[in-house]
Amino acid sequence: MKSAKSETLKGWALALPLLVVLLGFLLLPIVMITIVSFWQATEFSIIPAFSLENYEFLFGSSVTYKVFWATFRYALITWALTLLIGFTVAYYLAFHIRSSNVQTILFLVCTIPFLTSNIIRMISWIPFLGRNGIANQTLIGMGVINEPLEWLLYSDFSVILAFVHLYTLFMIVPIFNTMMRIDRSLIEAARDNGASGRQILTNVILPLSKPGIMIGTIFVLTLVMGDFITVRVMSGSQAANVGRLISNDISLLQYPSASATSVVLLVTVLLIIGTLMRFVNIRKEL
Amino acid sequence: MLAASALPAPMIWAQEIKDVTLRQFGTGVSNLNEVAQKVKEDLGFTLEMTALDSDSVTQRAATQPDSFDIADIEYWICKKVWPTGNLQAMDTSKIKNYDKIIGIFKDGKLTPESVIAQGTAPHTVGFVEGPDSKAFAKEQTQWMTLIPTIYNADTLGIRPDLIGRPITSWTELLNPEFKGKASLLDISSIGIMDMAMVCEAMGEIKYGDKGNMTKEEIDKTIAIFTEAKKNGQFRAFWKSFDESVNLMASGEVVIQSMWSPAITAVKTRGIPCVYQPLKEGYRSWGGGIGLSKSLNGIALDAAYEYINWYLSGWVGGFLMRQGYYSAVPETSKEHMTPNEWGYWFEGKPAAEDIANPFGDVMAKAGESRDGGSFYDRMGAVACWNSVMDENQYMVRKWNEFIAA
Repeated sequence: MKSAKSETLKGWALALPLLVVLLGFLLLPIVMITIVSFWQATEFSIIPAFSLENYEFLFGSSVTYKVFWATFRYALITWALTLLIGFTVAYYLAFHIRSSNVQTILFLVCTIPFLTSNIIRMISWIPFLGRNGIANQTLIGMGVINEPLEWLLYSDFSVILAFVHLYTLFMIVPIFNTMMRIDRSLIEAARDNGASGRQILTNVILPLSKPGIMIGTIFVLTLVMGDFITVRVMSGSQAANVGRLISNDISLLQYPSASATSVVLLVTVLLIIGTLMRFVNIRKEL
Repeated sequence: MLAASALPAPMIWAQEIKDVTLRQFGTGVSNLNEVAQKVKEDLGFTLEMTALDSDSVTQRAATQPDSFDIADIEYWICKKVWPTGNLQAMDTSKIKNYDKIIGIFKDGKLTPESVIAQGTAPHTVGFVEGPDSKAFAKEQTQWMTLIPTIYNADTLGIRPDLIGRPITSWTELLNPEFKGKASLLDISSIGIMDMAMVCEAMGEIKYGDKGNMTKEEIDKTIAIFTEAKKNGQFRAFWKSFDESVNLMASGEVVIQSMWSPAITAVKTRGIPCVYQPLKEGYRSWGGGIGLSKSLNGIALDAAYEYINWYLSGWVGGFLMRQGYYSAVPETSKEHMTPNEWGYWFEGKPAAEDIANPFGDVMAKAGESRDGGSFYDRMGAVACWNSVMDENQYMVRKWNEFIAA
């Protein structure tokens, strides 16, 4: 009995640092943001109060719905593309590369772009895609087009391109990780039983990669939905997402309104992740 | 400071002031390290500079009064920040060159015949009734909120080589000829004014005061620009100085709202760019130095010394050679060559190449300044940067415009 008690105590003691960090740096800020979201603000002061005004304005404005929809759209399209590319790359690395050294090297190659800041990686697209940029000049030089393509830059295209470029690695890593854990004898067994390559992919590899896909999905969705700078820079400030609404409010000292928007965004993202979790039990399958 | 140096032990005072450090923050335009260096040389104390964008400056002045000693802010920011009580009024009797400060900052008139432009004209927020007053005075008093330091007249920047014809009106910003090649700045308080200049020039809206619009005027203005946006008029909106330079230099944009140093930055890359004077006039802005409420004792003395030094000419010359104007032009003249003075202030053709204080050539011999002389430019101000009574409403509409 005594030793069981001290074991429990030890368990708590070991968990304590993490608990303190989570309470202080995650839970407390969220509680604060939630409280502030009910406050009121004038142009230069914040007034503690309990008012639903921020939420009333938020849900009463057509801009909110438009902007939330734009945010979902960016997230969905980016998710689909990063999944397609990420899965393909991970599949190639995990099943087509036989040597584990080459595997490690190629995997590291995937991370090389991440050695530079993501702002730099994003901004470097601008001169490339511009009206007189390399892409347009090359296409004109090859005679594919006569007039420069305007939609390459400062458009939804450029926003999504930047997102995919920035976040595909977050798909590759977890999918590759789960694929490496798949028991190769399962694939052999499938082949021995006469399954075609496609059948092996859809009936064996895909279901067993689900936890990785799910983790990648959570990364990509939360990153895209919380972004504000990529949308601003790559759309030339012409498009808005929820993150930009929040950052605009903050720059104008409207902290309560920014908090309310943040709370709604947080709840939305949590709902999405909660729903996703119902499909796959990540903990069980890890 | 005259009184101080007349004290029996001036040496002690001079020693003490060397230990003073004044923390100044403000927008990038006048927060220049050269100024801090010169202060150290001429006055002996240390000036720490922090440059921020105008939103952050407002935020800091309004919420963190102990984080600065000197606020270098624009007059419209002063209108927002003064009521918080974070700044202290300055006694004009301690300002040596007060009498020489240009009329715009005192009674609002550049010349006795001038008509005062719309918006937050500096003199309307330049004075308070007494040292502790939170309300602005209608006329000049002994108590000044900001000591004016820098100002200019803004207009549209164009790429003459890509447009190939004269541009004379603000309406050109929405001319379908420049579809997909126009830009506007995404800073609501200034962007809305540029919009208003355009809408008024088009004859679509007649404003009571462009600097203080009614909700209806805001709605109409935003509606006109939302339609233009949906029709693809704009290539992008810019928020930072560098973005505006890159848009123009890369040819993405041929006409846009712009600030004068951005024009210079494009030109120094060898790309033609004109700060185009327009017949409806300029949108103007002015900045000044305000003192933190918590400044006192020897640090306050040092701050007054700094202000007097600021207006005594060296900084004025330094700023004017970059294309801005000084609040006391006649003292700045002593720190400029006759050629520089002729080009920047009098609008005369340059007798030889004009270089800015950093050595970049700004104009070749024979060129004259876009817009002409000081009186031509500052005399044609249609509106001052401002903050409206309906500011919060305007900001919401601006967000709708960006999301549209």
